[in-house]
Amino acid sequence: MRWITARRRHPAAGYAIVALMLVAIAVGYAALTGADSSASASAPSAGQQQIAKGQEIFARNCATCHGLEAQGTAVAPSLIGVGAAAVDFQVSTGRMPAKEPGPENPRKPPELSTAETLDVAGYVASLAGGPAIPSAEAVNPAAGSVAVGQQLFIANCAQCHNFVGAGGALTYGKYAPALTQATPTQIYEAMLTGPEAMPVFNDTTLTPENKRDIIAYVVQTRSEPNPGGFSLGRVGPVTEGLVAFLGLLLFMVLAALWITAKQGKPEEHE
Amino acid sequence: MAIDRALEGVGGFLDDRFRGAKGFRTLFKKIFPDHWTFLLGEIALYSFIILLLTGTFLTFWFQPSMTQVVYHGSYTHLDGVRMSEAYASTLHISFDVRGGLLMRQIHHWAADLFMAAIFAHMLRIFFTGAYRKPREVNWLIGIVLLTLGMLEGLFGYSLPDDLLSGAGLRILEGVIQSIPVVGTYLAFFLFGGAFPGNDIIPRLYILHVLLIPGLILALITAHLFIMFHQKHTQMPGKGRTDQNVVGAPMYPYFMAKTGAFFFFTFAALALASTFAQINPVWLYGPYTPVAMSAGSQPDFYMGMLEGALRVMVPWEWNVAGHTFSFNVFVPALLPLGVIFTGAALWPFIEQWITGDKREHHVNDRPRNAPTRTAIGIAVITFYGVLWLEGANDVIADHLDIALYTTTRIAQVSMFVAPVVAYILTKRICLGLQRKDQHLIEHGVETGIIRQLPSGEFIEVTHPLSEEERAKLGSITPPPSLPAPDSADHNGIPAPGSHGAIGKVRARLNSILTESIEVTGSNGHGNGHGGPGTDGNGHAPGEHEHAAVPAGAVPAGAVPAGGSQEASLGAGEAGSSSDDGGGSGDGAGHDGSGDEDSGYRDSGYDGTDN
Amino acid sequence: MSETNGHGELPGDAPDAEPAGPHRVIGTPPPAEARTLLGDREPDGGKVAPRELPADPADLRKAKAAERLVAALFILAMLAGIGFIAAYIGLPAGSMDAVLRSNLALGGSMSVAFLGLAFGATIWVRHLMPDVELTEARKPLASPAADRAAFAETFAEGADASQFVKRPLLRRTLIAATLPIAVAPIVLLRDMGPLPGTSLRHTVWRNGVRLMEDVTYTPIRPADFSSPGGMITVIPEGYEYDDDALAKAATIIIKFRPGQLQPPTVLNWTVDGIVAYSKICTHVGCPVSLYEQTTHHILCPCHQSTFNAPKGAEVVFGPAARPLPQLPITTDAEGYLVASSDYHEPVGPSFWERG
Repeated sequence: MRWITARRRHPAAGYAIVALMLVAIAVGYAALTGADSSASASAPSAGQQQIAKGQEIFARNCATCHGLEAQGTAVAPSLIGVGAAAVDFQVSTGRMPAKEPGPENPRKPPELSTAETLDVAGYVASLAGGPAIPSAEAVNPAAGSVAVGQQLFIANCAQCHNFVGAGGALTYGKYAPALTQATPTQIYEAMLTGPEAMPVFNDTTLTPENKRDIIAYVVQTRSEPNPGGFSLGRVGPVTEGLVAFLGLLLFMVLAALWITAKQGKPEEHE
Repeated sequence: MAIDRALEGVGGFLDDRFRGAKGFRTLFKKIFPDHWTFLLGEIALYSFIILLLTGTFLTFWFQPSMTQVVYHGSYTHLDGVRMSEAYASTLHISFDVRGGLLMRQIHHWAADLFMAAIFAHMLRIFFTGAYRKPREVNWLIGIVLLTLGMLEGLFGYSLPDDLLSGAGLRILEGVIQSIPVVGTYLAFFLFGGAFPGNDIIPRLYILHVLLIPGLILALITAHLFIMFHQKHTQMPGKGRTDQNVVGAPMYPYFMAKTGAFFFFTFAALALASTFAQINPVWLYGPYTPVAMSAGSQPDFYMGMLEGALRVMVPWEWNVAGHTFSFNVFVPALLPLGVIFTGAALWPFIEQWITGDKREHHVNDRPRNAPTRTAIGIAVITFYGVLWLEGANDVIADHLDIALYTTTRIAQVSMFVAPVVAYILTKRICLGLQRKDQHLIEHGVETGIIRQLPSGEFIEVTHPLSEEERAKLGSITPPPSLPAPDSADHNGIPAPGSHGAIGKVRARLNSILTESIEVTGSNGHGNGHGGPGTDGNGHAPGEHEHAAVPAGAVPAGAVPAGGSQEASLGAGEAGSSSDDGGGSGDGAGHDGSGDEDSGYRDSGYDGTDN
Repeated sequence: MSETNGHGELPGDAPDAEPAGPHRVIGTPPPAEARTLLGDREPDGGKVAPRELPADPADLRKAKAAERLVAALFILAMLAGIGFIAAYIGLPAGSMDAVLRSNLALGGSMSVAFLGLAFGATIWVRHLMPDVELTEARKPLASPAADRAAFAETFAEGADASQFVKRPLLRRTLIAATLPIAVAPIVLLRDMGPLPGTSLRHTVWRNGVRLMEDVTYTPIRPADFSSPGGMITVIPEGYEYDDDALAKAATIIIKFRPGQLQPPTVLNWTVDGIVAYSKICTHVGCPVSLYEQTTHHILCPCHQSTFNAPKGAEVVFGPAARPLPQLPITTDAEGYLVASSDYHEPVGPSFWERG
């Protein structure tokens, strides 16, 4: 004690007191609040609070078209049984809430935050179950086989989305979007729930391993460099033909114009 | 003198054995006319040479075999995947052979440029009338080269056996199969059995590296030799007639220019192959008959056939146990067949219609053959509509047009658009001709305004230079056939125009030769003004325009209307167009208006016919 | 190449010749080959033809500048060419990134080399060579009548001498002899392929052959393929690696809700709302599997033939003239989907004998 009081007018004394008090408060708080806050890596389970919050968000953003009970109306389908995965896909890609009617809802910047999205997803899932949001491990591209994914993608996806997922046209103004921005989770959820015109590939048809392989293929291929130069959109011979005419032939015509131009003397007039 | 010593040495050695002095001298002094459009064929020629060079490189590594192997090469994304040896060897060339990808890309870009250049060159020949006598055979050789080029390209890009080109082969097989009577047999013979079989890639290989290139090489040689022998055509201009060639000699000018152009071609292809990826077969994956990709198209020169297949209505007949698949073999054979046959026959059809059997070595400016140009543009429009339809799903996706709508638009446009294009083009050409005639008569506007003593303001014009006048006014109209109903005073119809066919011929002739007469003569009234003016809307005594040099007739112009008048005789045909400039106009003016005013007192009576 | 240089002197001329008067020739005249091959020499001695091509361009100062520019471009091209060789030696292939680098380096150096040559050569022609426009006469292409007549005569004489025209028996038997040999090469192609026979009418599907999912090669239970709107490609068991069989046997199955499938779909051939259609388009044979869940349309990506899946895959748009054949399916003892027979009509594109 004498040791402390002898130094009560030390320049650092004040700082020492504050630091001591902070440590005391921290220790006391930690002791008081307990140990039930373990961070979970799996998808959040829908607690009651979350469902209530989700219902409120739903009522604000979705009920106008989908009905207050999500039962569907003339302009939008019922969401009963679609599952959290469908909601997560639609909302996180910004397709929902849809802004204007059209043949298809395009991807746009999402309106709801991640937390809100999960809340709404939880609410909808609480109505009648349905496919759940996949775990991070289920969609991990590094864990999938790109070669198997290539074969699966070509067999099941390329006819709409094109060889590498550059997108393609469907009927009546619909289209299969390019997969350049889709996250691994969104790709999984799309396969699982079959949004809009896309067919449904449930987990017993394309197993979760298969889906992960496809995700690995899509993610790795879209980031794969193009060794031959600019990719021209990876669309195929259409763009190549355009480049042949508007690039190569035009270049050659310009060269021909230069080589054969009359040199020197300007004409008297045009 | 180093040159003299070299000539004595090597030159003497060769000449002692081959007597080349005179021949080479003639060759070296050969004159080549200069116009940028004359280089379009060279693009094709040099692309072909580059195709031969890069193709030979590729043959050292490519395996034309459909035997299935499991891939374990450098492209790890396909590790463990089953594929044909052809596909695997293409991956090997792309990823394991240094320069392999570059050579593959140059080869493919050169093929695209070869075809694009052939189209451009063919159109230039058509629109300038360079296919006329004596060059009809060369035109036919050119059409055969175009067809061979299309086949060569189709077979070439099918060799890697990837998903995209394999789908094209499947479509080819389906089309062949649909041919009545012999279709299934032809398909089975070509593929060595059912599709896909094991034989198609090796067979296409030998067609692609030996047979067709040999044919193309031989035909190109013939094509060039004929061009050398007949001398190249030239664009109209001062001093250029059907009896001469004006330009620069082969040695050293043309050799240098063509050499430079070869380097440009190679440079363009090298640039494209460095910065623009083409045919990335590793992204398409190996061929499997069970899968397909959206946005599958053939290379652009096959695009018209693809579009024809897409635009066709679902028409099929089942008669007595046999099926006529009109929905398949009609689009495959009819549109392109009509265009190629029409193109091949065109020089002869035109000769029959116009009766023009003269040699032609001076090109037409397209505007001076309005109907021919309009027909050409109409055919291009028809081809273009079907070509765009071949890419309709890509267009629908990227331009946000509904998919079926693109097909409906094409189904209507393919008939309507060529007609519209014909009408528009013809009117544009006639308008340009009138403008040319206006320039010749009145000179070029200078923008300088001058006030006359009488108070009137006029714009000073500057007469055209000799070169310009020669270029504009040097058309030689073909001899017109008489009008369908014309006959001499004994009632005997003019030759070539009797009978039903003769009437058709005469009618077609008046359509084909419809054109504004653009000559260097000054005495042409053109319908301006009414009473109190001369035939051209000016009060007598005025010179509105600056003086036109007296007696100025362009060097290259045939005296206007000479042969026309002879065949017209007394029967003034009713086939002249408005404005007094039609071919039926008996204008015998040859620059007789050699006063300052140019056209006041040329003897023209101020009335139109 | 001037015509009046040292070689061109007449024998006996001294450089500073005395004017006029005949003079004796001293020594041997120079040999014939001392004269140039290409000198234009008039026979009356001494007069030389005027040059056809000027020796130099009009503006020599500009030409000098152009020469320097062209030389620089050629040196650049040379360096790029050396760079190409260095890049080939120094940069390996063998991975995506390596090939990217190698392609860029090789292609870039090649482009620079050729561009340098192209630009250099063009500037050389345009600014270093004098401007000329010369005229050459064209001769009429047709031979003169005398030549034609002479040819005709020679040809006729030869024809006479050959007896070809005069002896029809020889001529006709010659033609008859060569005809079969000329036609034979076509006959030699007969073995290029088997006759089609009835092979186009059948696929390898038979009663009891399991429907295996493509790529994963797993059999399918209806309970697993139970999500309405699902679609997957299936191939017959045992033919996984047989492309010839798969080119006709590839099939798609689609799951519908109860009541959605209508005639002309044969409901007896379906299982639990699962219907199987041929994947080979009836237009020209592309795999047709683009399925739109909302409109229930099967769209072929090649030429946009569209088939209405719940109604017998009838054509609703596009150039296909026939609906997709339906494969009769049922389940086997273990509950997996199997075919109950082959397709009841030929699959794929139409052909003449199809009926």
